[in-house]
Amino acid sequence: MSEATLPAIVVYDIAALLFQFLNSFGFIILATVGLAIIFGMMGVINLAHGEFILIGVYGTALTYHAGLPLPVAMGAGVVVTTVFGVVVERTIVRHFYDRLLDSMVATWGLALVISQLLLIVFGSSLDSIGTPLGNVSYGPFSSSIYRSVLLPAVALLVLAGLYVLFTRTEFGIKARATIEDPETARAMGIDTDRMYVATFAIGSALAGLTGALYAPALGSITPNRGSTFLVEAFVAVVVGGPSVILGTLSASGLLSVFNAGGSFFFGTFIGQMLLLLVAIVALRFLPDGITGYVDDWRQRRRAEE
Amino acid sequence: MSGAVDSVVSILSGIRGRLEGPNTYGNSLVFWVAFVLAVFWLALYPLVTDPYTIIQTSRYFAVAFLALSLCFIWGYAGVLSFGQVAFFGVAAYTFGAIGINLSSAMGVTVAIVGAVVVGTLAAALLGYFMFYGGVRDTYVTIMTLVVALVLNTFMAQTAGSEWAIGKAQLGGFNGMTDIPSLTLGIGETAMVFERGALYYALLVSLVLVYLGLRVLLNSSFGMTMVAIREDEARTETFGYNVPFVKLVVFTIGGSLAALGGVFYASWGNYVDPSVFGIAFAALPVVWVSVGGRESLIGALGATLAIEQMRTALSSGIGPIGSEWALVIVGGLLLGVILFMPAGVVPTVDSLVKRLQERRSEQGQSAQPTEEAVE
Repeated sequence: MSEATLPAIVVYDIAALLFQFLNSFGFIILATVGLAIIFGMMGVINLAHGEFILIGVYGTALTYHAGLPLPVAMGAGVVVTTVFGVVVERTIVRHFYDRLLDSMVATWGLALVISQLLLIVFGSSLDSIGTPLGNVSYGPFSSSIYRSVLLPAVALLVLAGLYVLFTRTEFGIKARATIEDPETARAMGIDTDRMYVATFAIGSALAGLTGALYAPALGSITPNRGSTFLVEAFVAVVVGGPSVILGTLSASGLLSVFNAGGSFFFGTFIGQMLLLLVAIVALRFLPDGITGYVDDWRQRRRAEE
Repeated sequence: MSGAVDSVVSILSGIRGRLEGPNTYGNSLVFWVAFVLAVFWLALYPLVTDPYTIIQTSRYFAVAFLALSLCFIWGYAGVLSFGQVAFFGVAAYTFGAIGINLSSAMGVTVAIVGAVVVGTLAAALLGYFMFYGGVRDTYVTIMTLVVALVLNTFMAQTAGSEWAIGKAQLGGFNGMTDIPSLTLGIGETAMVFERGALYYALLVSLVLVYLGLRVLLNSSFGMTMVAIREDEARTETFGYNVPFVKLVVFTIGGSLAALGGVFYASWGNYVDPSVFGIAFAALPVVWVSVGGRESLIGALGATLAIEQMRTALSSGIGPIGSEWALVIVGGLLLGVILFMPAGVVPTVDSLVKRLQERRSEQGQSAQPTEEAVE
């Protein structure tokens, strides 16, 4: 049987589409998860999230180019971003816990400052880092193993880890109590201030991790790459709704189907447009996102019973 | 004689009555004298300065419409849009596209109207989706920003020659060039506004729009807007159609931004995708936050001051270069939100009022401002 028979081409296409989907799925989850934690848990939109990720990228790239092995450099990227996040929380974000819109404006100011300072200090680009692990190829198409296999797997592991952290550990229970009702939590002896710092630190660490993981997959590393992550992350948070893990997972799944399909059939630009179109339509019908709708539906069913 | 004077006085105070109210700053004779003097100074300014400064100042006027538009919807109706530049840019591109295709004087006039209409419709469409879909505060902010960023991505990839509207090439990163200057024309007669003439046309439009917005804000519609900003649920219970009012407000804001976009495109005869970019999108928020989101005059003042500073920095005046301009602008935004959440004008205003109160012991009804600084 020759390679050009119709079924073979269809199989190639399906495989290519699958890998494209995985690639997009991993990207959206990783770009979103830090933002979703900080928004879902603390009600603060961190508009500098893209720049936090960028700090992870820079931390990783700079230490890697200084001669450290890649995994160690990635660790350094995460640490740098986490420390930075804690500093930002203590100096800026803590003033905005009950001022949602102001928090967005303030962190936007921060985003401008960070990306411009990166430009001033490190110039218009850093040397790129080669993507490890090579490609998987199958017939006419090939895809980066790192981006299409490793990163989606890491993304799912991160979500699973967060699930365990927030539902099965004492820290998680205290953190959720703080978020649910800070007054009562304080009365029960929980140091709510520390919980806020810790939650913000986790969000920042996840941004740093995303940056570290994408440092070798971005190609050129420039100070304006923050917005690469920002749009997808925003859209996913909006579509996902208030529940962090389930929202991130379901929104990433839904959005990457459209993103991958659009990119595969019509090119990356259409893929991105389709993603935004889906988001706008979703918002029109599900103003609280997917998980908000699910919650609603559950409550209605309970009421009926 | 005195009858004529009286009637002039009564007409003036009648006008003042419509312009003044609890929703705007500057309800005193001192303010109006200062305002007239400031406009007078701006009118004389081209006579005492160099052509480059006049051209730059015209640009500040053009973008000041953006500041007014954001101040109107955010400061008074509580709708924070990070994407006012979307309507600004859409109108700029539309003006270019129509103006290039219908290159006659009358064609450019049509382009002005068409661009404002398209910008306004874009705002109305987005506003309909958001406010009738029940999209809430934060999400409105995110949606508007995302729309601007999408347009940025979209326009940036229109470099190929297939991306053209008639004779007008969209031009991708390089932008749309050869956009006509602002022209008003009917048949054979035409007025082309360039350089000095553009400066005066913009100044007059800006003053008129500012005064018009003051009248609107102090009317019952303005009161409804403020009510929605203060407590949306309660306003709803009083029988107001909140989504509709928000939609109208957002649409008016969009048309103001669109007007600015037309002026901006005709000012530089050029527009590129960076009008949708995040750095440009941040500027209106900076101007309005710094000046005071609840004061139109503050937004205007801050726009002129900050843009002047940015021009100075980018032309290398001062000890540090242009690349620091964005750092300073971002830092300014951060600092104002942290230390002066109401913005400069309301803060200064409440300081002045407190001083006055302390002086006149009889505790005249100087309205206590509600802007508690935390």
